[in-house]
Amino acid sequence: MALTTGVFSSGRAELQERTLRTDRWWLQPLITVLVLLSFVVYATFRAFEGKNYFAEPLISPFYSPCLSTECVDGASLIGQPFGKIVLFGLTLSPALFILVFPLGFRLTCYYYRKAYYRSFWQSPPACAVAEPHKKYTGETRAPLILQNGHRWFFYIGLLFNILLTIDAVLAFRDAEKHWGHMSVGTLVLLANATLLWLYSASCHTCRHTIGGRLKNFSKHPVRYKAWTVVSKLNHYHPNFAWVSLFGVAFADLYVRLVAAGTITNFYFF
Amino acid sequence: MARKIKLRIWRGSAKEGSLHDVEVDANEGEVVLDVIHRVQATKINDLAVRWNCKAGKCGSCSMEINGKPRLACMTQMANFEEGETITITPLRAFPVIKDLVTDVSFNYQKAMEVPAFEPPADLKPGQARMAQVDVDRSQEFRKCIECFLCQDTCHVIRDHEENKKKFAGPRFFIRLAELDMHPLDILRNRKKTAQEEHGLGMCNITKCCTEVCPEHIRITDNAIIPMKERVVDVKYDPVRWLGSKIRRREEIS
Amino acid sequence: MSENQIPMERHNYDVVVIGAGGAGLRAAVEAREAGLRVAIICKSLFGKAHTVMAEGGIAASMGNVNSSDNWMVHFRDTMRGGKFLNNYRMAELHAKESPERVWELEVWGALFDRTGEGKISQRNFGGHEYPRLAHVGDRTGLELIRTMQQRIVALQQKDKRETGSFESHLKVFAECTITEILKDGDQVTGAYGYWRETGNEILFEAPAVILATGGIGKSFKVTSNSWEGTGDGHALALKAGGKLVDMEFVQFHPTGMVWPPSVRGLLVTESVRGDGGVLTNSEGKRFMFNYIPEVFKDKYADNEAEADRWYKDQANNRRPPELLPRDEVARAINSEVKAGRGSPHGGVYLDVSKRLPADEIKRRLPSMWHQFKELADVDITEQPMEVGPTCHYVMGGIEVEPDTAAAVGVTGLFAAGEVAGGMHGSNRLGGNSLSDLLVFGRRAGLGAVEYLKKNPNRKTVSTESIKRAQERIEKPFTRSGGENPYLIHQELQDLTQSLVGIIRTKNELTEAIEKISQFRSRIEKVSVTGGRQFNPGFHLSLDLENMLLVSECIAKAALTREESRGGHTRDDFPKMDPNWRQYNLICDWNGKSISTTKQKLPMMPNELLSLFDPHELEKYFTKDEMTQVMASAGSR
Repeated sequence: MALTTGVFSSGRAELQERTLRTDRWWLQPLITVLVLLSFVVYATFRAFEGKNYFAEPLISPFYSPCLSTECVDGASLIGQPFGKIVLFGLTLSPALFILVFPLGFRLTCYYYRKAYYRSFWQSPPACAVAEPHKKYTGETRAPLILQNGHRWFFYIGLLFNILLTIDAVLAFRDAEKHWGHMSVGTLVLLANATLLWLYSASCHTCRHTIGGRLKNFSKHPVRYKAWTVVSKLNHYHPNFAWVSLFGVAFADLYVRLVAAGTITNFYFF
Repeated sequence: MARKIKLRIWRGSAKEGSLHDVEVDANEGEVVLDVIHRVQATKINDLAVRWNCKAGKCGSCSMEINGKPRLACMTQMANFEEGETITITPLRAFPVIKDLVTDVSFNYQKAMEVPAFEPPADLKPGQARMAQVDVDRSQEFRKCIECFLCQDTCHVIRDHEENKKKFAGPRFFIRLAELDMHPLDILRNRKKTAQEEHGLGMCNITKCCTEVCPEHIRITDNAIIPMKERVVDVKYDPVRWLGSKIRRREEIS
Repeated sequence: MSENQIPMERHNYDVVVIGAGGAGLRAAVEAREAGLRVAIICKSLFGKAHTVMAEGGIAASMGNVNSSDNWMVHFRDTMRGGKFLNNYRMAELHAKESPERVWELEVWGALFDRTGEGKISQRNFGGHEYPRLAHVGDRTGLELIRTMQQRIVALQQKDKRETGSFESHLKVFAECTITEILKDGDQVTGAYGYWRETGNEILFEAPAVILATGGIGKSFKVTSNSWEGTGDGHALALKAGGKLVDMEFVQFHPTGMVWPPSVRGLLVTESVRGDGGVLTNSEGKRFMFNYIPEVFKDKYADNEAEADRWYKDQANNRRPPELLPRDEVARAINSEVKAGRGSPHGGVYLDVSKRLPADEIKRRLPSMWHQFKELADVDITEQPMEVGPTCHYVMGGIEVEPDTAAAVGVTGLFAAGEVAGGMHGSNRLGGNSLSDLLVFGRRAGLGAVEYLKKNPNRKTVSTESIKRAQERIEKPFTRSGGENPYLIHQELQDLTQSLVGIIRTKNELTEAIEKISQFRSRIEKVSVTGGRQFNPGFHLSLDLENMLLVSECIAKAALTREESRGGHTRDDFPKMDPNWRQYNLICDWNGKSISTTKQKLPMMPNELLSLFDPHELEKYFTKDEMTQVMASAGSR
């Protein structure tokens, strides 16, 4: 593939190498691809599986809120507005009605954008490593211009965080819906909800909305304070992005194992 | 305690050029620029290299060292392993003039295209009052020493010559952010023009500019993304868009 | 290579400003705003001038932190710092106008650190009675140069709206070196030089030329100056018939880095001391208490307890002696090291880690923190720094008319900033240089404007003068087998450092002058390899001549002045001599060598004299002068 643009344009220093970096610059994108791909494979399988997502009082974050009449008893917290839909002979799993939202939040997230533009799209694969594309227009036209909708997914994400927090609170019950109990599952759902809150709170859109958009902080002391807190969290946004992703997958896996009877949800009290 | 260092230095002009092997001494505590100077004084008298302060403050000695955009005066020789060959090339996003010197006029052209700071017409010298918290953000961006390493590493122009026309680059995105966040700047529509004229939308926030910044300015997190969010406020957020149609201009809060 | 083959560009401007640091840009703004067509010429890229290296701040008596401050206090401090050798009129204009120049920067977009009330914050500095330095962390010079640069761009944008072109009336010629001021009789007609990038030559026809080329530090080995400080403007003016004043006064900044060798001389800002850093020797003793000179005894604390209290309560305590003017501190450090009480690498210790918490240090001194962390592997929030004197600034420079910045002896030539002399006397206070750039940069711009109003007729550049300039540039290429310019430069630096450095003696200076004349013949034989295009060896071979001229001026003036004062310390004449205070030394160039002559300093007018306590003046003035002072005081 002979590119004549970019670092190979005429007039620039004549060199054949697409990069002269001597470190293992390819490692980071490779790891990102592997981890994201395994998540996608697992999540796809679970989203379509349509079972083993609820074991009183635990519900998998992939299936909450459960909005379809297909949902198992007790799983639906806020009603069942969707009926049974069959496509190509397959009944749609309840997860498919909702997953677009958390998925959209993560897809449009400024950090994930960096991660997948670099690793999947190789644009660029690493700094000062020439990308393989002839043309590049960035986020100026469809579909990538839709990345600008991140804030709407952020708002919806907040609703999901509330619901998943309620799920975690409801997990302070036993299988007979008696309050005042706590199990490993409670901790798993609590940890999941906490990580999701941290992920949302550290988000760039959150930072902008809460105060970043102001020109004069001194006129808005409370929002400034909030902005400084969010700014601190924002440093760790990539970390929260990964940990919360693992958190969701692990919470789902835990519920699945309990629901399938593979393990027993151990109760502390 | 001098040790021998193996260098591969790119020499040439806009028409042609190649890497040349040079062996030279390096002393304890030296930086790459010291070693280049030794080459210049003892081996290649006419080796072209740009430098000024040799203290990381002027941003002149930008080049690529082992493929990474860096300031030669801030790259310690101690970072390299014994026996390692160090490859030194000019910046690869700009046209080369001679040896390690490139034509960075692109950046000065872009600087002229960013509308200047505009204070209120009635602001008298000595009357301005600004709280420290209100100037903190813009002050971070004004730390920029204009080494243009961010411009060099940005794939939007490094890898696509044709994008140079419509893309101002990270250096000028922080300038736009600095002005948009400047408590005294009243010029309207900086956000809109950032997107429509300076190519903010071309940036895919892959953060290489932040990685190479010798001043550790958090270009992406503190300037580009906040500017993208501000653009959403005025262009892609229906609620705010409606508001701005009613007020007919970008608000200042 | 024949000179005919080298292409030459020809440009016509009203004003040509040589140098794009603070002074040059301020001058250009003033001239452009008055409607003139202006060219700005810089040796480096635009915005890289040595001004960016200034760290501490801009001295201006705005009184934002201590409302007792005003121009009169600033004037007094400046005169004291310069040991009363300053051109009083320059010091007066400087003290009066600097607040406005700072505020103006703010209107152009500068963002200084703020006080609680939202005003421009001001910090303490050596020799300044009140907190006076407007600053941005420790990168004030960068803020100044960027603001000026952006102001230039703003004016270019205005021109673009009116004429359709950014560069129709104001153009920056970057990486361009001027080698000659062209004249007809004693009147300036233009400037000649070459593009560094291509080696092609360039002629500027202009009736007014402003020199703002900065300093001379590269004549010395240990210096805080960048490569640009080769004394170009000093040499250009001398060769054009101008005069240099006070060249014996070279400021050695007390605190430069001493380790590792590759950064030896790199500046450690005075703000470190202003913010509480203390100097100690290898015995751990705060030695500055032993070095308070008689004239400063009532202003500086003589014990640690009082010095420490001053940071909290400045009204009731005297200042710590670490904040003495730079010449005093530099000499003290030099003495400690000579007495065997230095640090391992030949400096002393400067420690701010015990005074301030780590976060505060990083906030107030961010670039110092990085500089030491990245270049010396020292964490200044935990460890002391090793520091020693470094050649920092030349007080001397082109003799100018204070009000117009017009160079004495050459019509149409102006000078501002470090290249101009007189303002700082024998020693410059920290922070007074940035304000000097702005105050006299503006005045030089105005001076040129007024000059052109009065002299609308232009003289044309003669072909002979062009030819002479061309031949000089061509010379290094016509020779072969000569010496390597880099090695000559190193030798010259060794020479000045050891024989014309911080402590001087008659014998060493005489030796230096002799050697310098030998250098002259060696430089005439320097040859360069390679072509004209961006050839640093070629550039250096031309700069060498400037450095040599400047070194000769310094050595000769230093030999003539038989006393110690400010930035001039003679081991054989260790005392300050009031008789010598009455004279400036003027350097002239006759085409072959430098000559120095004594020139009487004008007496301060009554209204300025009356700002001082006669008992203070007694320390500096002769008995005769004091009689005169007392008589005029009595008649008031």
